[in-house]
Amino acid sequence: MGAAEDGAVRQLAGDTLTWLTDPGRWDVTSVAGIPFRTLQHLGVSVSAILLACVLAVPLALHLAHRRRAEALASSVVNIGRAIPSFGLIVLFWLLATRTGWVGTQFWPLVLALTALALPPVFTNTYTAVREVDAATVEAARGMGYTEAQVLRRIELPLASPVILAGIRIAFVQVVATTAIGAIVTNGGGLGRYVVDGFARGVAGRPTVLAGALLLATLTLLADGAFGLVERLLLPDGVRDDARRADVANRVGAAG
Amino acid sequence: MTGVLAQARPLLEWDWVGRNGELLWELTRQHLYFTGMAVGIGLAISLALSVVALRWRATLTPILGFGSVLYTIPSLALFALLLPVLGIGDALAITALVTYTILILVRNIVAGIDGVPREVIEAADGMGYRPARRFLEIELPLAMPVVVAGLRIASVTVIGLVTVTALIGRGGLGALILRGFRTLPPFPTMIVVGTLLSVVLAITVDLLLLGVERALTPWARRKTAP
Amino acid sequence: MPETTAAPVAGTATPTDPMIALRGLTKAFDGQDRPAVDHLDLDVPRGEIVVLVGPSGCGKTTTLKMINRIIEPTSGEVFIDGQPTSARPAHELRRDLGYVIQQVGLFPHKTIAQNIATVPRLLGWDRDRIRARTAELLERVDLEPELASRYPSELSGGQRQRVGVARALAADPPVLLMDEPYGAVDPLVRGRLQDQLLELQRELGKTIVFVTHDIDEAIKLGDRIAILNVGGVLEQYAPPAEILREPANDFVRSFLGAERALKQLSLQAVGDAELVRGPVVAADESATAARSVAQAEGVDWVGVLDGERLRGWLWTDDLEDGRRVGDHATRDFRVMVDHATSLRGALDAIVTSRNQVAVVVDDDRYRGMLFIEDVARRLTLSGGGRANRRATPAVSEDRA
Ligand SMILES: Nc1ncnc2c1ncn2[C@@H]1O[C@H](COP(=O)(O)OP(=O)(O)O)[C@@H](O)[C@H]1O
Ligand SMILES: [Mg+2]
Repeated sequence: MGAAEDGAVRQLAGDTLTWLTDPGRWDVTSVAGIPFRTLQHLGVSVSAILLACVLAVPLALHLAHRRRAEALASSVVNIGRAIPSFGLIVLFWLLATRTGWVGTQFWPLVLALTALALPPVFTNTYTAVREVDAATVEAARGMGYTEAQVLRRIELPLASPVILAGIRIAFVQVVATTAIGAIVTNGGGLGRYVVDGFARGVAGRPTVLAGALLLATLTLLADGAFGLVERLLLPDGVRDDARRADVANRVGAAG
Repeated sequence: MTGVLAQARPLLEWDWVGRNGELLWELTRQHLYFTGMAVGIGLAISLALSVVALRWRATLTPILGFGSVLYTIPSLALFALLLPVLGIGDALAITALVTYTILILVRNIVAGIDGVPREVIEAADGMGYRPARRFLEIELPLAMPVVVAGLRIASVTVIGLVTVTALIGRGGLGALILRGFRTLPPFPTMIVVGTLLSVVLAITVDLLLLGVERALTPWARRKTAP
Repeated sequence: MPETTAAPVAGTATPTDPMIALRGLTKAFDGQDRPAVDHLDLDVPRGEIVVLVGPSGCGKTTTLKMINRIIEPTSGEVFIDGQPTSARPAHELRRDLGYVIQQVGLFPHKTIAQNIATVPRLLGWDRDRIRARTAELLERVDLEPELASRYPSELSGGQRQRVGVARALAADPPVLLMDEPYGAVDPLVRGRLQDQLLELQRELGKTIVFVTHDIDEAIKLGDRIAILNVGGVLEQYAPPAEILREPANDFVRSFLGAERALKQLSLQAVGDAELVRGPVVAADESATAARSVAQAEGVDWVGVLDGERLRGWLWTDDLEDGRRVGDHATRDFRVMVDHATSLRGALDAIVTSRNQVAVVVDDDRYRGMLFIEDVARRLTLSGGGRANRRATPAVSEDRA
């Protein structure tokens, strides 16, 4: 790297730091400030993942308990992976502008992200239940549990670590992908800085870099925070990092 | 940009598709080029990392952790973070895409090699294989199904991500989606065609790799022990 | 170590120097308080099968793997053909030592032919030579040539094990190391594989070190048996007959088990035992003559001989005066054993059929009869003489 270039990089680093430490950016009342954008980002992401869970988890539990739709469960995640998140976000925005049902800012993005989160959550929940030891389930039936009790008291608790691991991966993916929404709507949270920065060319680079740092930090923190939630929700016995890696392999997707 | 403006045009105008076959082909080719480069380079790096991880077990966790962090960072952020180093260009797009393949590929290569039965390794040693030849002739072929499974996931993931590289002026079919969005009023056909072609591309590549796996592992298909 | 156990055959029993010599061989694994194998001395004579036998965890596998250096000894030395194994690169050494393990470890992605060709390929043989060798080996281990292009997953367990042996023999190594090769196949198949190994050994004269925990297998296969105790301690090293006759100590005695005397029987062929002519008469003898033969033998039946062939038997009560013996209807003997069968096998046959006599034949020729009391006497059990020979002979169910 030449001296001139070296200087440019140092300049950029300085500018980025200045950008990040500008007190105005941390003003909680400003809609362009970091606190607001962070909250907006999390609002979109959490809404999407909750919606996806509400839609996918009960259905997957039910189907897995009944041993139905096996082929669907295994293929849905592959299909989901093949859909480009950017294309889907633009498509949802496009449909929203044409129907006028849900506005064009918040909901099209949330719904697109929900659609992206559905396959991994569904497949993982389904597989988690299927992987519960058949002998345990049979023992429960033998002791007189009803089908609903088998599902609620045996399959669900035993499958919960894997289900949560799947949701965690989907959540991190959603947080990452929310940023892409900034290209299309004003609801993309921290992605806004990056997209706006890019639009301003070289002059916008400190903004781009600062936004990227914030975004990366938020995603890693979201992952870590979810890990803590898992730890709190699950008894020591059933948490299993090896299984989590396995799950990631099955449902993994990047945003 | 308001909804009213978008109202006029249908979602898919076939005559536009007919007239722009060449453009679509060019963008698809570019999309494939980015994918191929990213997965190819990713595979080379991952193989090297896997060899290290297998040779020195203690490095596996840090390597996977590193891959995991790369994988978690949003693509948009990654483009931005690499921008000062690489500048706008193919290198930026490809480098960012490569980082998403590492975790998937290393994990699958290591799992594939670990999955080779112990007695097979012992038999190979007992016959007088040396480590390098054993790796190439015994372990790698036997790990092939798992490695290819990783390659399929990585390829499909990258094909989806290439659309995002449109933001930095590359991005194959993503560029088409972006153009459709930025046109005033938005041009739905570009968005729909760009997205659909990307899906078709992903599925095609996935099936092709599946075919490659089948062709490379004839022993895995004939299973009729008497 | 007691005198009797530390007496390898070197210089004494065999005139030639041993094919394999273990000297002070020791392996101490990290984190284990006692060595898995502790100062083991053992000579394996050229062209013999030496079986290492002992309870699980006594160090058999460890010893075997130190011979081909899959495990490197902590101390001590292995000599093959007088050369220390440590003098050569391990991979080269291993190409001279055939190696067969219980799980076989065939390469699942290679065809049977490719599996067998492994070592020749590593040694750089040309293609024609490899092809000819592969075909030859398939035949040797009784596998049909069509199997050559199959994958291991398409074979049965017994077939895979035979491929494993063929693969180990491929480059014609002078030494074969086998670690419980038949531990995972069912008993019937195991018996056949053992017979096949003995046959191979007769033809090829390899030096074989064979590990098993099954004393019966050791007795059947071994020219010599090394009985190991936990920690790789050699308790006795001798031919099977000697071990059975004179167990060196209580450990060996208890390892041989209560059936030691019985096991000795498996080392002797029926044909070598003293057979009796038994109550048999030629077909053209008279009924009266037949009665007196039966009476002399103390039984109430007679066997009928057609020349050298034993046609069958009948009750003396059914003999009709004035007719020749051969004109009567006869019943078949139930227990017919080949003269090469072991005494143990004959005894099993007699006992399991609830009869007390076996007819010994050599192809179609009648060789004599073996009564349970004769076997019992060999067991030095108190046999009760021939008092109760009156019972039913080796009768077939009445097929008439
Ligand atoms: N790789 C190893 N690391 C540590 N201990 C071992 C290893 N292999 C074998 N051992 C120990 O050495 C002893 C002998 O094992 P082995 O030779 O396999 O016995 P055998 O084949 O007679 O059943 C056992 O106590 C076993 O636990
Ligand atoms: Mg063993």
